[in-house]
Order: sequence, then structure tokens, then C-alpha cells
Amino acid sequence: MTATTTQTDLLLHVTGLQIHFFTGAGIVKAVDRVDFGLKPGETLGLVGESGSGKTISSLALLKLIPRPGKILAGRIIFENEDLIPKKESEMIKVRGKKIAMVFQNPAFSLNPIYSIGEQLGEILMWHEKLNKKEANEKTAEFLNLVGITDPVGRLKQFPHELSGGMKQRVCIARALLCNPSLVLADEPTTNLDVTIQAQILELLSSLKKRFNMAMILVTHDLGVVANMADRITVMYAGRICESATAKIIFENPAHPYTMALLQTIPRVDKSYTGLGAKRLTVVPGRIPNLIHPPSGCRFHPRCSEAEKGCSQAIPDLKAIEDGHFVSCWRR
Amino acid sequence: MLEEIIRVENLVKIFPVIQRGIFGSRQTEEIKAVNNISFSIRRGETLGLVGESGCGKSTTARTMLHLTRSTSGSVFFEDNDILERFRSSSKEDILQIRRKLQYVFQDPYLSLNPRWSIEETLLEPFRVHQHLPQSKWKDRMLELLELVGLEEYHAWRYPHEFSGGQRQRVGIARALAVDPKFLILDEPVSSLDVSVRANILNLLLELQEKLGLTYLYISHDLSSVRFISNRVAVMYLGKIVELSDVDDLFNQPFHHYTFALLSAIPVPDPSGKQVLSVLKGEVPSVMNPPSGCHFHPRCQAALPECSQITPVLEDKGGGHFVACINPR
Repeated sequence: MTATTTQTDLLLHVTGLQIHFFTGAGIVKAVDRVDFGLKPGETLGLVGESGSGKTISSLALLKLIPRPGKILAGRIIFENEDLIPKKESEMIKVRGKKIAMVFQNPAFSLNPIYSIGEQLGEILMWHEKLNKKEANEKTAEFLNLVGITDPVGRLKQFPHELSGGMKQRVCIARALLCNPSLVLADEPTTNLDVTIQAQILELLSSLKKRFNMAMILVTHDLGVVANMADRITVMYAGRICESATAKIIFENPAHPYTMALLQTIPRVDKSYTGLGAKRLTVVPGRIPNLIHPPSGCRFHPRCSEAEKGCSQAIPDLKAIEDGHFVSCWRR
Repeated sequence: MLEEIIRVENLVKIFPVIQRGIFGSRQTEEIKAVNNISFSIRRGETLGLVGESGCGKSTTARTMLHLTRSTSGSVFFEDNDILERFRSSSKEDILQIRRKLQYVFQDPYLSLNPRWSIEETLLEPFRVHQHLPQSKWKDRMLELLELVGLEEYHAWRYPHEFSGGQRQRVGIARALAVDPKFLILDEPVSSLDVSVRANILNLLLELQEKLGLTYLYISHDLSSVRFISNRVAVMYLGKIVELSDVDDLFNQPFHHYTFALLSAIPVPDPSGKQVLSVLKGEVPSVMNPPSGCHFHPRCQAALPECSQITPVLEDKGGGHFVACINPR
């Protein structure tokens, strides 16, 4: 990943991240040799299907891996400091303050028994040492910023009084309160209708510009990343397949999995009538079990271009052109 | 023009809102989940039904099959009023209609009994309907598994041993057990991963060609609707606002809501960054919908009379129906 950028340019630099889950059924090798980096103000799209390790990799940045998961190896350099050796007492100063998160389901990520003012104000009182009155003022200011009408009145409301889109706006306001340099957004619009999704995506990109934050957008929706991300990292079965600018990923993908993924989705901007037999291209086989992942390249059993060597050794993520990294033996 | 297989006429479903108090309960308001809608589906085609959550698309489907009782209106299947027959006929007669119209549910995790093997799940329709002699059940079950692309040994497995895509195949096989003519597919791929979606969509098309099925495909995912449908109906707050051939609707929507809905979908193409959001505000409450055209408060082209006149679905030529007094 450091082929073109030196480490100090990067806000975040993850190398060799390895996370295993020690379950009763066996060791789930959820994330393996994952590298990615992010410049200040940049948006990285982390794309993959369920079980690809995209959510776990983003949670690792906050060291919030649920049990029985463990970070076994790797370095997470954030603002020139490694987060891995940090103790819990140090991490709580990072979470919400320097790295904030917007979760997938706003209904679950807000506490139902505290009012909006109480749960957002608490963050400011804790991190910024504001008193209650100052915290309320600042919370109202941020609620206004994310497009919530009557922000002062909303402080006394509870999450159940808000619609799904409004709740997600509150969650975005909560993430921005302490002016973090990195926001992790894990499928922030998956539970929302398309028209509300469009509003939330527009809000996220305008706020990102305004506060010059970097963002990691975790999603399986290729349409969303195409519109939001500067760079895209594609994950499959716990490893990175390909990483490049959004333009390269969509126009000139190199990894067979990325190519298959792009072909398998129905397109809203394409007509399917008048074809003899309309069929979508499919990726044969299914997502592997990560207790016994395939040897070598984890995609080889489903890959149309696989050769004998693909099952024997793990391909490294290597640059095939400036800023375009692929882990495939055939490239 | 193909013949109509199913025709929905003036279907209405009203849910009462009941407030319970210590001195008994009373009805305070009502929700018009399905507000006087009419459409028909031609034999062998797929009609896509799209709209945002809460617009009444699932209620429409459930009411059509009498899984929810309708308030008024009729549904004609091969020129028989089936809602009337559901209400008044004998059990045998009702089962006979049910064999023709089946339903595939959204969530294959919830719609299969976790304590039944796939064999038991697939034999259940035979047990209920008794339309085949018992000696043929097993053969038919194996035939069904093959039809949806599963293997014989899958019959002795349980739902938890399957992936989402395989479970949805079981859900489809179960619906096909009684040789239906018409299937309602209620968001059949929305809980599946993208690479699995393509498999299920292809399977649905294959089955349609092989068995001559007619589909009502309900979804909020417009890209899969564009792929699978021949015609598409768009719903907003309990009403159909536009209905037309799939390409006409996607290329040249007449209704301002359809236009807004289509432009809100992020297209997987980074070269031209889209302006996604054209709609302000959120879907108003169905309990208290705006007067006149329900969409007028959010519509950019609203005229003063839009709040008074309730537009009706009219043919603007070539079977492109729209309910708007000032279409695009």
C-alpha cells in the first residue's frame, strides 16, 4: 500500500490485520492480511458480501471486536500512533472523539430510554468537558446542521418519536459532535428507502467536505460507493482482492472477483427487454466457510481463470499500475 | 395483446386504529393501506410492484390472496371473483383456488419451520391439499428439488444447514408443489447477497419459461425490478400512481414521484456523479394523507388545484397509465 504514498501522508494505515474468532465450532479466520490506508479527507469504500470481513475490519479500528474475536496481528497506525497496543482506558479517548461511527441500524444504535439531548450531550460532557447547558446548545446546533427541524424541541424527544431517516440523521450528528478526523459508516443507508437514502448520502458528502473528515464507507451496494467513494477496496472471504480509485474499479477492474461482482448485479440504467433469454451472469459456487477457508487464493474455487498454482500459495496485494493494487496470481 | 389472467378491481383495505382504554376500546382513526386500486396482469408476464416501505405493496398482495381480508373490491382470476369465493365457499373449494395462486415470502429465514426437515416442509402442501395420491408424493418432492436446483440429499437437511439462497429455493419449491399458475414474489431476493441474487433471479425466469407462470414481483429494489419485469406499477401511499411497460417507465417516467424515485437510485458508474436527492421531506403518514393528490406537498410541479383534485389513473397512450394532472 505504501508504494506511492509515504506513511506520514496517511491519516490511517492498516497493515497485516488478522482477526480470528475462537468459536466452539472452530477458529473462524474472519480477516487475514488486510492492508488499507486513507488520506485525510478521503472517502474509502469497503465493499464486499456478507462474511467478507468488511464490518469486522472497520470495527477493529475502534478495537470493538466482539467476543470471541481477537486481533492476532497487524498494525493500525492512526495519526502516527499504533492503536493495537493501546489500553482500553486510552481507546475510550479515541472512540467518538477522533474516530466516530455511524451504524447500520439507527433504531438499535440509539438508546431508547434516553432522550436525544441526553445521549448526545453525554458525549460532549465526557470528551469536551462541557457543562449541561453548553452541551445542549452544541447538540442543537449539530441537529440543525444535519437538517432536523426544531432542533431545540427535539432534544427532549426519544428515539421512538423519530422516523428511520431522522434517527439516522441523529446518529450522524452524534458522530460529528467532537469533530472527528475519521468517520466509519457501516451500511449507513441499508435500512432506508431509496429517496431517504439519497438524502442521507447527500448529507454525508456535504458534511464530509465541510468538516474535511475522512470516511470509511462499508457497504455491499456498488451504486452507493460509485457515488460516494474516492477509493474502493473490495474484500472477499476476509482478504482484500483489489484496491484502486473508484473510476478504475468500475471501468477497468483487474481481479476476477471484482469483475464477476460488477457483472452479477442488475442495472437500473440498462434495458433487459428484447433479449432472447435474459439472464444475469452468475458467480458459480458459494461464499466459503471461514473455519476451513480454501487454500491459496480464497476465491480460486469460484474463479473462472484459476490455475493449479492458485490453490497453493496466497497471492500478495501488488501494484499493477499506479495506485491500483490486486491480489491475484494471474495478474 | 395477451389475455388477462388476474384482474384487481377497486381493491380497498382499511385497517382500523384502535385505542384501548380501561373502559373499553374505540376506533379513533383508520389507515387506508390500499386505497381503491385496479390493475390486471397478463398470462405469462411479470408485473413489478414498487414503492417505498409503507406504501401498501405487500398489503395489496396479501389482500389479493385473502391472507388479509379485503375491505371491499374484487379480484378476478380467470374471470372468477376469488375474493368472493374465499369468503363464502367450502374449504375444498378454497383449497382449489389456493392451488392456483401461491406466495413466496420475503425472508427465507422466517418462512421455513426450523424444526422441519426440507422433506417435511415440501410434503406439507401435499398433506394439506391432498391433490395427489400419497404414493406419488415422494417422487414429486424430488422433482421439485431438482426443479429449483437442489439435490436429493438436501431433503433430509434442516433450514439452518442452508444458506439464504438455498432457503429461498426451498421457499420457491414449496410454492410450486401445488402446480400454481400465478406466484406472488414478495421481495424474494432482498435479504440475499448480491452474488446469490443473480442466481435466484435467473431461476425465477427459468421457471417462468418452463412452467408458464405469471408473476407479481414486489420489491423496493428497482434494479431487480427492471431486470425481471415486463410491466411495472408504482405505488405511493396506497395508490398506484403510474403503470407501464418496463422500459417506458424507466426511460420516460410521467409521474413526478416515479421520476424522483428513479433518480434517487445510485447508479454503479462513477464517471458521472449523480445529483441523487430530488425529493424533500419524508413520506407522510398514511393515517392522515394529504388531500387531493397524495404526492402534492413534495412535488416540484404541483399546481394549486393538486391539493383539491384526486387524479385518476389514465392511459396516456400505449398502455402507459399515470395518475397526475400535470405529468412530466
